Amino acid sequence: MSDVKGYRRPFWDTQPDYLYPHYRSTVKRSPSRPLVVLPQTLSEVTGPLFGYDDIGGKDDDLTRQHEGAPLGERIVVSGRVLDENGRPVPGALIEMWQANAAGRYRHVSDQHDAPLDPNFSGCGRLLTDDAGRYRFMTIKPGSYPWRNHSNAWRPAHLHFALFGLGLAQRLVTQMYFPGDPLLPYDPMYNCIPDDKARQRLISVFDWENTIPEFALAYRFDIVLRGRDSTPMGG
Amino acid sequence: MSLLATSSQTVGPYVAIGFARLNNDNLAPAGVTGERITVTGCIVDGDGEPMADAVVEIWQANAHGRYAHPEAVSETPLEPAFKGFGRIPTDASGRFRFTSIKPGRVPGAGAAMQAPHLNVLIFSRGLLKHLSTRMYFPDDPANTEDPILQRVPAERRQTLIARQGTGRHELEWNVVVQGAGETVFFDL
Ligand SMILES: [Fe+2]
Repeated sequence: MSDVKGYRRPFWDTQPDYLYPHYRSTVKRSPSRPLVVLPQTLSEVTGPLFGYDDIGGKDDDLTRQHEGAPLGERIVVSGRVLDENGRPVPGALIEMWQANAAGRYRHVSDQHDAPLDPNFSGCGRLLTDDAGRYRFMTIKPGSYPWRNHSNAWRPAHLHFALFGLGLAQRLVTQMYFPGDPLLPYDPMYNCIPDDKARQRLISVFDWENTIPEFALAYRFDIVLRGRDSTPMGG
Repeated sequence: MSLLATSSQTVGPYVAIGFARLNNDNLAPAGVTGERITVTGCIVDGDGEPMADAVVEIWQANAHGRYAHPEAVSETPLEPAFKGFGRIPTDASGRFRFTSIKPGRVPGAGAAMQAPHLNVLIFSRGLLKHLSTRMYFPDDPANTEDPILQRVPAERRQTLIARQGTGRHELEWNVVVQGAGETVFFDL
């Protein structure tokens, strides 16, 4: 009676492996033993759920969290959160964090020689609406150097972390910008074997959602794992 | 319609700023029933170096074995003050510490019941996908019949079971991401 409908495992090559030596930190932080396949139970198909108590009023607008306006190019980033069956995921918590327009994070470990912006924290969160839609207002992040290899630069990106309806749907990803010349050089972007899957991390310029004389817009749809239609056996 | 799930990417080194708002190292505020526990541990990499920029997330049932989630339909009671979610960043020495209650048993496949366990996710720089594991309780008789522990090779099971700490309710559970004594991680 307690058999659950499980979430499908990823299509081959659409997810990175743990070990990707071009991204140096994976060398000592990737498990060396194969994962143990876990038949999903109630523990995996349930998961933490969040509500409006977990969200602050300006959490979806990173340009209005301080006295003044942050420096940089204002952008609207919006899209839908769907599952693999094409169904919207309502009430999904999205956490988003990013560098400022100069490519610097408000984090003690970020020592990049670029200015902090007193008017920009670079963190937001929201819940998707009933149709799975979300919308952030923010500024376009700068590229920044990192110490992975000689002259390594990250393409501009936003970090996204999502809670779906169950633990098995938890997803952390990054959104990139179309036409970024650094993408071919970035091991994080290139860690995904499948070319099309990789390209789905690049947002689309979104003319319809631009705000005349105020902000440009990018669209980024996110897909969480979908459920099988029949319960899995033991 | 058939879509493919978005690819995972690492949280990177600055996850702390993105996650801080929902940090929670006390899962069992006053009024929650159950045996209080404190869990401490350390996360180390393949060189035995502490991972000082990791985040641990906990998802667990309440003392009655009920998850605070609409799919967990059972006769056992919900407790409004108990959400079952914890999030703890590791400190400069790779350590984490949280307090909670020991969860009850939750259903497994068929008629089987699972032994009390915490579901644990680990995020950090260098992890292109988060890690999924479980923490079980020392000397719990249900461990021997737990369907998930059964699937783990016997010689590696101990990595999923916390050790009794100094105090009666203190538990210690370390996570080895790679190498000798590597913790068992699951493909959910
Ligand atoms: Fe980043």
